[in-house]
Parts: sequence; C-alpha cells; structure tokens
Amino acid sequence: MNHALILPILLPMFVGSLLLFGARLGMPVKRWLSLSATGLLVPLSFWLMLQADQGDLQVYALGNWQPPFGIILVLDRLSALMLVVTSVLAFFAALYAVRGDDERGPNFHALFQFQLMGINGAFLTGDLFNLFVFFEILLIASYSLLVHGGGRERVSAGLHYVVLNLIGSAFFLLAVGVLYGITGTLNMADLAVRVAAAGPDQAPLLGAAGMLLLVVFGLKAAFLPLYFWLPKAYAAASAPVAALFAVMTKVGLYAILRVYTLIFGDEAGTLANMVDAWLWPLALLTVVLGVVGALAANSLHRLLAYLMVVSIGTLLAGIALGTPESLSAALYYLVHSTWISGGLFLLADLIARQRGVKSAELVQGPALQNPHLLGALFFMGAIAVAGLPPLSGFIGKLLLLHSVEPGLQAALLWPVVLGGGLFSLIALSRAGSTLFWRVGLSQLDSAELDYGRLLACAGLLLLSPLLVGLAAPLLAYVDATVIQLHDLSLYRQIVQVGGAP
Amino acid sequence: MEALFAVALGILTASGVYLLLRARTFPVVIGLTLISYAVNLFLFSMGRLQTGVVTVIGRGSEYADPLPQALVLTAIVIGFAMTAFVVVLALRSVGETKTDHIDGRESAQ
Repeated sequence: MNHALILPILLPMFVGSLLLFGARLGMPVKRWLSLSATGLLVPLSFWLMLQADQGDLQVYALGNWQPPFGIILVLDRLSALMLVVTSVLAFFAALYAVRGDDERGPNFHALFQFQLMGINGAFLTGDLFNLFVFFEILLIASYSLLVHGGGRERVSAGLHYVVLNLIGSAFFLLAVGVLYGITGTLNMADLAVRVAAAGPDQAPLLGAAGMLLLVVFGLKAAFLPLYFWLPKAYAAASAPVAALFAVMTKVGLYAILRVYTLIFGDEAGTLANMVDAWLWPLALLTVVLGVVGALAANSLHRLLAYLMVVSIGTLLAGIALGTPESLSAALYYLVHSTWISGGLFLLADLIARQRGVKSAELVQGPALQNPHLLGALFFMGAIAVAGLPPLSGFIGKLLLLHSVEPGLQAALLWPVVLGGGLFSLIALSRAGSTLFWRVGLSQLDSAELDYGRLLACAGLLLLSPLLVGLAAPLLAYVDATVIQLHDLSLYRQIVQVGGAP
Repeated sequence: MEALFAVALGILTASGVYLLLRARTFPVVIGLTLISYAVNLFLFSMGRLQTGVVTVIGRGSEYADPLPQALVLTAIVIGFAMTAFVVVLALRSVGETKTDHIDGRESAQ
C-alpha cells in the first residue's frame, strides 16, 4: 500500500488541530504553519498525479480492512487532477490571506486547513458514506469561513447557505440509506457491480436514490434550480475565502462525474447514464441564467459569482454530452475556470480596497492608485474567463464546441456557449470601464497596494497563459483520465482482488 | 410495525418541511431537527425492522445488521454539531440584523 495516499487528508488535519490547540500562538507562527502546510500540499499533489498517471488505480485500505468491507481511498487520474487544482488554488488563497485578511476573525487558518482536509478527502474516498462525512467536514469549515470577518451581509448569506446545505445532507443520507438497503454495500466500486446486477424490480428504487444524489450534488455544484444561494454567499465572503470556494462547486461536479460514470455508468443496465438527459437542458439554462445575472449585477463580486454559475453550466454541458472528447474538454475547462475565478475574486478585493466606501459596487468612484497594473490584470482575467484567444478559456471552449457533431446538440450548444461568452464579455467590459475609467479626480491615499496580495492574485491569473503553454501535456493527461473513467473493469478489480497493489 | 414506522416517519418529515418553510429562524431550526430525526430513523430501518434477533454474527441464522447502526451514530453526531452551529449562527444573525426573519430583514407589508 502506498501510504502517501492518505497524506493529503492527514497533513491538513494535523496542522489544523495544532492550530486549534495552539490558538494562543502568535500570528506569525500560525501563518507560517498554515502557509507551509498548504505549500507542502502542492508538491505532494503533483507527485500523486505522477503516480496516478502510470495508469493503475492506487487503493489504500484504511485499517487494512479489505474492500468491500472497509473504507478505502482510491487514487485515479481524476482524483489526482482535482487534488492538484485544489492545492494550487489553496496555496495562493493562503498567500493572500496571510497579508491581513486572517486577522478579521479567530481561527482562520485552522478552519482553512479543515476545509482542505474535507475537500481532499472528498476527492480521494472510494466509499459513498465516507464521501458524505467528508462533505460534512468541508461544509462545516466552509460555514465558519463564510462568516469570517462578520458583518450583516455575511451572516445573512451564511444562514441561507447553512440551512440549504443541511437539507442537502438530509437528502444525501436518504439516498445512501436506500442504496445500502438494496445493495448492502457502500463501496462505490462494489455498488457499481451490484447496481449492474440488480433486477428490474429494484431498478426504480435505485433510480430514485440516484436522482436524490443528483439533487445533493446539484446543490453543491450550483446548477439551475439550485444555484440561487451561490451569488449571495460568494459575493459576501471575504476574498481568500471566495477564492478557495471556487473549488467547492467543483467538488459537486466531481461527485456527479464519479457517481454517474461509475455507479450509474455505461454498465448499469436500464439505469445507464440516467442523468444525462436531465443535465443537458439544465446545463444550457444555467449558462443562460448565469449570463442574465452577470448583466444585472450591481457589484464586481456579484458579477464574478454569476460568471462562476456560467462556467458551471459550461462544464456541466461537457459532462452531459458524455462523449470522451467533451469530457476531456470539460476537465481542461475545469482547471482553467477554478484558478481564474479564484484569481478574479482576489483581484476584485484589490480593486475594492482602493475605492473606499464605494468598494466593488459598479458606480462612479474615486480614481484607483494603480489603474494600469490592476487594469492589466483585470483585462487578462476578463478575456481568460470570457473565453477569448489567446488565453486558456478559449482553448477550453473551443475543445468543447469541437466535441459535438453537427446536429441538434451542436445547434443548441454553440449559440449558448458563444452567446454566453459574448454577454460575459459585455458585462465585464461595462464593469471594467466603470471601475477604471468612470472615476473622479480624487484618489484615496489611505489604501496602499500590498505586494504580497498582488503576488497571490497575479500568480493565480498568470496560470492562464501557463495553461496555454502546457496545454499539450495537460490535454494528454485529461484524455487518459476520461479513458480511465470509462474503463469500469479497472474499478471492479478493486473489489475482486482486494486492496493489495 | 412497518406501517407504524412509515407513518411516524411521514409525520416527522411533514412537520419538518412545514416548519422549514416558516419565515423565522427558530421554527426553521426545529424543522431541520425533525427532518434529521426522520432521516436517521429511515437510515436505521435500512437494516430491516426486526425484533428479538441476535446482535452478533454466528449465534443464529438471523442477526441485526450493525452497519446502519454505525451509520446512524455518525449521522447523529454530525447532525448534532450542525444543529449547534445553526443555533449559534441564528443567534448571531439576530444580533447583527435585529430581527429573527430568515432573510435578515422584515418583509415589506
């Protein structure tokens, strides 16, 4: 067994506990601990990605209880990719936070580490109930992080977020209960075998459990009927938290991808790919409504939150199409959209700091102190997120558009994605011209540009050209990921041969 | 026994959903609690409803499935923590917004 598999969970857990017990440690010690633990996750996740790229599944049986009896962690190419996306984003978010945002409330760094523990665990686990537990860990940390800094807006947005997610958890438990009651197992690979072998009398109940799970994951991923909490929550969160939350919606998308390719995948008989027909219209409508929200947004944070809804719709369209090409396009776009949305949330905070009481509202305000620097970063982020060449959003969208055959699907996808890009661009241009050009003569001299914050923000946004430069190896990796995802016999072996590598 | 169990779950869930749709934070918290009771009981019943069977494998042909009990225990602990958190957050919300309306402001009359 490769013990490195559990490190992405253990490292944040121990550092988080240490930070919690050492609540009286000085701020510099806490910052150093948190930043170095988050920084350590980056090489660790890249190393795990190299391991996963060898093509075998790595299975870690906790307590050496052999599957399907014990809980297992599974590392495949998809989970390794998600770990890398999380660790890089988290490192820059932590780098931003240590420049002062962590002092606005107690225990920021401990909560940040527990949040990472939950996210990494959700990506690694191979057990459905364990997925629920890790969801709860990441959620309870996110509840506290969301209200970090306090204030009326945050508490009110936080209350909605908490209540909705508690209802989501209830649905998750119902679905897990039904699946266990019928199949007698919770191991995802074993579930795949049992669902494929289920009789026709069990199919309706299994289907109901599958749809219940879709509601839960849809609430996390925030697509059409379930995204209304997102703009308020993300716009209210403090900058490093909002940046880290960029990966939270992707946890929902990951769970959709995992459950509906493995358990309800190609070999699930009458239930095979049962959600694709639902996801397809919902994905397109999510893009449309996200764009409408972006056009109507009255602050930069709200605009970025709605653009995140747009990117979720685009990703979901790639997943719903279900072809290998569209899935690999969606995975490439996922990496891009997570990092760039995170970077833009940090940039929005940098801009808001120089506008005093006007903050990030899209109204005439004082002149910025560094209009050229921030303007250039905003320009770069905007064209990346709207999907214009030469940055990474363009490649992702191009691959997605290229993956559909001419026909009805293309006739629906092309106008929605391209129109979504155009209207995102209009909304961003309007926001940019208000923030940078429709300004008064006076400058606020209270807010200095902090170079540490700038470094974190620019670092995240500059990953977009890097993604273009490294497009060839990344695309080769995501293509292999998609092939591995659909090779269900590989996952079935987990149960058949046990945890021994 | 099944019918009684099902009716109890139904009443718990219906009451929970009704309370959840109220506009004040306190009924919403109580509603969430009722729903989580219903869900925990449902999860428990997935090990099948039996009385008088042994708890340890090997002493009889029938035994009570221990796994749903473990799951329920985990779910209860998590639900407990979440309820405590949401109560504190609701109190904080009353402190910040001076109202116990779920939206943080009284709806326009």
